[in-house]
Order: sequence, then structure tokens, then C-alpha cells
Amino acid sequence: MSAELNMPAPAKKATMAHFVKSHLRDYGMLISLLAIVAFFQYMTDGTLLRPLNLTNLVLQNSYIVIMALGMLLVIVAGHIDLSVGSIVGFIGALAAILMVQYHLHFIPTTIICLLAGAAIGAAQGYWVAYFRIPSFIVTLAGMLVFRGLSLALLAGQSIGPFPVEFQRLSSGFIPDVFAMEGYHLTTLLLCVATPLILVGLNVAARIRRHRFAIEQEPLALFIGKNITFFAVMAYIGSLLATYKGLPNVLIIMVVLIGLYAFITRDTTIGRRIYALGGNEKAAKLSGIDTRRLSFYTFVNMGVLAALAGLIFAARLNTATPKAGVSFELDVIAACFIGGASASGGVGKVTGAVIGAFIMGVMNNGMSIIGIGIDWQQVIKGLVLLAAVFFDVYNKGKS
Amino acid sequence: MKPLLEMRGITKTFPGVKALDNVNLSVRDGEIHALIGENGAGKSTLMKVLSGVYPHGSYSGEIRFQDQEVAFRGIHDSEKLGIIIIHQELALVPLLSITENLFLGNEQATKGVIDWSAATVRARELLRMVGLQDSPETLITNIGVGKQQLVEIAKALSKEVKLLILDEPTASLNESDSDALLRLLLEFKARGITSILISHKLNEIAKVADRVTILRDGSTVETLDCRDEPISQDRIIKGMVGREIADRYPKRTTTPGELLLEVKGWNADHPIHAGRRVVKDVNITVRRGEVVGIAGLMGAGRTEFAMSLFGGSYGQNISGSAYLNGREIDVSTIRRAMQSGLAYATEDRKHYGLVLDNDIRHNISLANLTGVSKNGVIHHEREIEIANEYRKRLRIRCSSVFQETVNLSGGNQQKVVLSKWLFSDPQVLILDEPTRGIDVGAKYEIYTIVNQLVAEGRGVILISSEMPELLGIADRIYVMNEGAMVAEMPAAGASQEKIMEAIMSSTGRTSHSTRSREMTQ
Repeated sequence: MSAELNMPAPAKKATMAHFVKSHLRDYGMLISLLAIVAFFQYMTDGTLLRPLNLTNLVLQNSYIVIMALGMLLVIVAGHIDLSVGSIVGFIGALAAILMVQYHLHFIPTTIICLLAGAAIGAAQGYWVAYFRIPSFIVTLAGMLVFRGLSLALLAGQSIGPFPVEFQRLSSGFIPDVFAMEGYHLTTLLLCVATPLILVGLNVAARIRRHRFAIEQEPLALFIGKNITFFAVMAYIGSLLATYKGLPNVLIIMVVLIGLYAFITRDTTIGRRIYALGGNEKAAKLSGIDTRRLSFYTFVNMGVLAALAGLIFAARLNTATPKAGVSFELDVIAACFIGGASASGGVGKVTGAVIGAFIMGVMNNGMSIIGIGIDWQQVIKGLVLLAAVFFDVYNKGKS
Repeated sequence: MKPLLEMRGITKTFPGVKALDNVNLSVRDGEIHALIGENGAGKSTLMKVLSGVYPHGSYSGEIRFQDQEVAFRGIHDSEKLGIIIIHQELALVPLLSITENLFLGNEQATKGVIDWSAATVRARELLRMVGLQDSPETLITNIGVGKQQLVEIAKALSKEVKLLILDEPTASLNESDSDALLRLLLEFKARGITSILISHKLNEIAKVADRVTILRDGSTVETLDCRDEPISQDRIIKGMVGREIADRYPKRTTTPGELLLEVKGWNADHPIHAGRRVVKDVNITVRRGEVVGIAGLMGAGRTEFAMSLFGGSYGQNISGSAYLNGREIDVSTIRRAMQSGLAYATEDRKHYGLVLDNDIRHNISLANLTGVSKNGVIHHEREIEIANEYRKRLRIRCSSVFQETVNLSGGNQQKVVLSKWLFSDPQVLILDEPTRGIDVGAKYEIYTIVNQLVAEGRGVILISSEMPELLGIADRIYVMNEGAMVAEMPAAGASQEKIMEAIMSSTGRTSHSTRSREMTQ
């Protein structure tokens, strides 16, 4: 037979231009985020990356990022969840009732709230997975139901404040083992060590992939990307170290991002979710229990929405009936800006996270400049449209 | 009589396949012209060329209609001249009324405003012409398939039809509905409307057709006149299947061993219409190292049987028992059927076989992810090794195993589907139309793979509508018709005539035909 059948395939020496072109979406997003950061850094005369503001940026976006992780799985599975904003409000209310009115300790409260989130996700997933009611409708119903229930729980009032230990979930910072005056050395070390380990893992993976002749990004790009990644992380660390250090919620967020990146890329469950979204019939005929899988993506979403609800309540230090209103839109927008496909089967965790930060930086930057909430919405809407247009246009060309 | 339609030297190629090769068809004014041939002989393609679905320029050859050379750019052009095609899958909107459907795209309107009373009056008139007594307000979804077929015909009449093309109009009808429809065709003929009738049912053709054109492998075999003296079914069957079988099938040296799979009393109902039996009391056996063919026409229930056996992936109220190596096996879910040693490679690889957006590697591992993972964590390098192994073994032509399957040719897509199931290591592999739509070279390779499989001691059930293929590679052939197994014969003594004979003689024996092919959603 022809030479192309010889094994292993001689990996095509991908030229830089060719590779960037075929991965335009991934790089485009990263570059967009960096460009947006640079733009607002300039426009705000450096306010954007001040340690205080940077900390705020993380705190403000943590719950969106955490929910985007769950939403990505839901979207990849071919569904949507409109109810997450209402779940945030409902769980916040539940936590307030338990801790403020019943004086329950924050640990059992957290457990109860996360379980409640799982139950809510299960209740919605049940209708979607086993009765094939479109997720749009089920979660639209859930959006109304849980908004109503949070109003009912709080009787229209705000309840707070929360116990101090609970507030730390959102407003606390990791302790500094070195206890230096005015400089959080632990933070800096963590922000240098963690990316170093990740870069090391990247190098190991690259070497392994090389042995199996898997298509790789060009070496120059690989080195550039890793150095940039390391530099950005270390820079952020050095900035945060001059303020109060790493916020607790950042640690939670980073661990979850790592976990979900692992699940989507390296586990059979992740692979099955992509197959389910890519072609449900083929996945089913390949022995995958597609209904159960759909069900669990909603349970997972419920738990993450509950966690986001706790973080948000702790941040405001009060539960209000309006908490979480229209969060679902930011979360869904983050996934689509991050390259997820509305028809399912496509999307990456890193994309969703970058998408969430693009939205977050824009929110924050525009507020600092003094653009009104009215025009902020207009601009965000147009950015979402532009990002998805870019996707569709790219796909049409190839 | 002068010809109304003259198609000369029509050739139409798809990438890798020559669907029509120098086809000639001449239809006289005012006749009923039957067009017959096996599945894949090119009947539908020819009609799509005629109606402009494949526009002028995408085929070569000449079409003359009413002594004028025509060049249709789309279905609109052919309809303007009065050539109306009624497809096998009806093109009606279920939740609109009969009237609305009749005038869809051709509304009785002035300046965009519909005149409902004019439409209703005209609709009543059209319905009377086809002998339908239902109210024009009735929704399509509330009338049966037979009446829907009549609505389609009424719709054709509303467009001043000169040449009516019916693609297997009676395939989903019961006997009395079929008779009514055929009578209607004769009425139309009396009124001067010419028809082309595509059908598998030779007795119907004998009833109404004036002439018969037989297609085989994309070429015209002959046109027979049946007005003067009726033509025997044997004569037609011979024309349909009478090709020579050259050495298109690789030789197999192994002989079947002991009993491997036995299915007893298998029944399944239509997934939506409970009580409508689609698979009727099927018994089959497969021996180790044996290729068992299932022959039958489209809609005979072969796919339905295979899918209902494979974890109940089709139908409801499934009953019957399956034994592997003499022990009863649980095939109640797809996963259990797979664990019991079954695999089913679908006839529709794009919709049921592949995740098209995913690469070859991910598709191959999909049915056996545990084979490339440990504690739920995928071993990527192992997965690539496996993919490359199958790429080599099945000669999948691709740039690498990281190529998306959507970009592969049909034959290579089929090989990826086969790889997926081979990797799941089944004892019995059901192949449903494994060579549909792929070229001769790739077909040969697939047959070679089948031979390898049985040489390893597995059993293969081969569902195919291509009879030469069944005769060429099966050891034993079951003939299925209207949901039941109607004959069983060793391939050595079988012939296409015998298979056709078994199908024809059993048609209509069961109470009503069940030819709907909806899948479980």
C-alpha cells in the first residue's frame, strides 16, 4: 500500500503559521484576554492591576468561574442551565436561615447547602434526562421556582451578618507562615512553585507526546507560551503578596479548575460527556448510559451553583432576595466566549475560564473608567456576539 | 405514441461512486411506466436528476420533455413544467391542516394575504379528485399514512401535473390502501396524466404498468412492454439481478464450528405504536466462524431485529431469548448486550455510528473506554497505540489518527466504525449494510476483514440489501420479509432468484405490512 500507511505516521512538521491557524480559537482567546487587560490597564492609569483591585477581580469573578466549570459540562453534553442564578440566591438564603436564625455551625451548613444544590440539580436533571423535556424549559422553570423560593425563605428581607468563620470563605486570605511585615511571602512562593510544577508537567507531557508522534505545537510557541504563563502567574503573585496575599476563594477556584480540566481531558467520564454531546445516538449505541450521564451533569451543576451561592453570600455577608440575579447569563456567556458550541460536544475548561475572566475584566475595567451599567451591558453583548461569530466564521472557512 | 419524456445517456457520479452510468429512459405520453431495480440500482438518483434535485450541470446527458431540451436548476423549474415527484418520505407538515399542506409554497393568496375560502373550496375539489372524504381542516397528523399519500397526490394535482413520479408509494400502505392508490393511478391515466411508478412489488406493477424499465447497478438493463402480454415475475427478477458475479469476494478457507449464538422467539413492537409488531417471532442461529446473512427488502425488519436484539436499542415490548454458547444471555440494555459479547455496527454510520466532530482515535475507543483507561483515567498513549494498530490492520486511509472522522470517505468511516467494534472484542458482530455507499475497492477490504473475524472464531451476522454480496460472503442466508424470517438456505444452494422468490411469495401473507423504519429517539 501507499507510503501514508507506514506506521507510525511521520508527524507532519507543522509550521508555526499553520499551527496557529488551526488553533486560532485557543490562541485568539488568550490574546484577547491579554489585550483586554492591557487596554484597561492603560485606560485606568494602572488601577486595574493594583493589588487591591486584582484581589477584588478574583473575588468578584470566583463564583462565575466556578459555575462556568459546571456549565461547560452541561453545554458540552448538549444542554443549558438557566437556573443557576436563582440557585445562588436560594442557597444563600438557605445558608442565612440555618446560620443566622438557627445558629447552626458553618461546616454542617455548608454540607447541607451543597447537598441541597445536588438535590436541585438532580430534580432538574431528572426531567431533562429521563423525560426528555428540553433543558431550556426545565431550567427556565427552575429559575422561576428557586427565585420564588428564595424570596419566600427570606420573606423579602435581607438576612445577615454571617459568622466570621463563614465570611472567611470569601473574604479570608491564606495565612502567611513566614509572618513578614507587609509582604506575604507564602503567596509569592506558591505563585512561583505552582506554575513551575505545571510547566514541568507540560514539558513531561510534551516529551511523552513526542515519543508517540502526536501533533504538537511548534517548540518556539510551546516555550513562549510556558514562559508567558509562568511570568504572568509570578507577576500576579508578586502583586498579591504586597496586599493581603492569596484569597481563600482563589485556592478553591484553582483547585476546581485543575480538577475539571483533568476530568474533561483525562477521564472516561469526561470523554463520554463529549461523545454524548457530539452524537447522542452514536454514544448510546456504543454502550454509554447517556441518560444517566446527562442527569449527573445537572447534579454537578447544582453542587457548583450551591458552592457559588455560599461564596457569594459570604462575600456580601448577607443573604438578599436579589442575590444571583442574571448570573446565569454571565456564566453561559463565559462558556460561549470560551468556544463551547451551542449544539454540544465542543468546549474546553480553559476556554470557559478565560471567557469568564474576559467578562470579569471588562466588567471591572469599565466600572473603573466610569462607563454606566447601561453601556456595559451593550458592550458585553456585542463581545459575546463577536466571539461566537468568530467561531462560526472560522468553522465555515475550514 | 410520442414520448413525453426522453432521458438519454444520463451519467451521474458521486465522489468515488458512479451512481448512474449512461442511463436511458423513455416515457410515452399517457402511460404508466414502472421503474424497478434493487436497492442502490439508481432509481431514486435518476428521479432526482429528472426533478432537478441534482441540477443541470451536475450530471451529463440529455433530458427532453415534450420535445424540448430542458435544464432544470432546481425542483422549482421541473414543477413549473408539470413534473411532480412524490417521495417515499412524505413531505407534509404534520401539525398543519390538509388545506395548508396542499398549498404550502403555492398559497391561494393575493399580495401575501391568503384567501381561506378560495383555498378551502379548491382543497375540497382536489380531495374529491383523489377520493378523500376527510375535512380539509383535518391536521395531517390525525390521518393515516395511506390518506397522507393521497394528500401528497392531491398536492401534485394542484400544480397542473403532467408527469407524476411516485417513489414506492405503497411501501407503507396496507393492501386496501394500496389498491385504492393503484386505482387512482389508472383513473389519472384515463385523464391523460402520465406516471412513473417506482416499486418493489411486482404484482402491483403487473396490475397497472404499461411498460417496465429495469435498472441495475446504475445502468438501464431493458425496457419491457407489458400491455400485449403480461410478463412473468421471473422474467423481471432475472432482469433485476442477472449480473455476473465475478471474483469480487475474497475466498474464505475456514468452516463454521459449533453453535455460538441462538435467538429464539424474538418479537419487537414499533417504538411509538405499541402493538404494531415489527419483528415477528424470529429464530436464528449463528455458529462459531460463520457468516450468517439476512436478506430482505428495505423495511423488512432486519435493522429493527438487530437493534432490538442489541440492548433493545429499537422498539418496545421486546420478548424472546438469546443464548451464547448454550447459556442464556442478558441483552436488556446496550451495555449488557456488549458485555454478553454482542456488537452492532449500524447501517447509518453518520447518525448512529460516529461522533463526526471527534477524531479517529476517540471514535475507536468509544465503545471500550475501559480498555484504554485505569480507574477511569484515560491512558492517552495507549489509546493512540490502539488507534494506530487498527488504522494499520484495517488500512484506514487518513493523515493521522487525529483526523476528524467527518473528513473521511465513506469507506474509511466504515472502517473506523468496524475498528470501534473490533476493539470491544465481541463474540458475535452484527454488520448492518457494512458496504452501503462505498466503492468496490473498499468493499473488498471490508469482506477481507469479515473473513479475518470469522477466522478468529467469531460469528458475524451480515444484513445486506445487495444480494450478490450475501451470496458472495455468507455461509448461510436467512430471508426476512414483513418482520418475519420467511426462508433459510445455505449460500451454496442459494441464488438471487430464490431469495426474491421467497420474498415475493411471502409478501402480503401477514395481516398488514410493517414497513415503517422509525428508530428509537
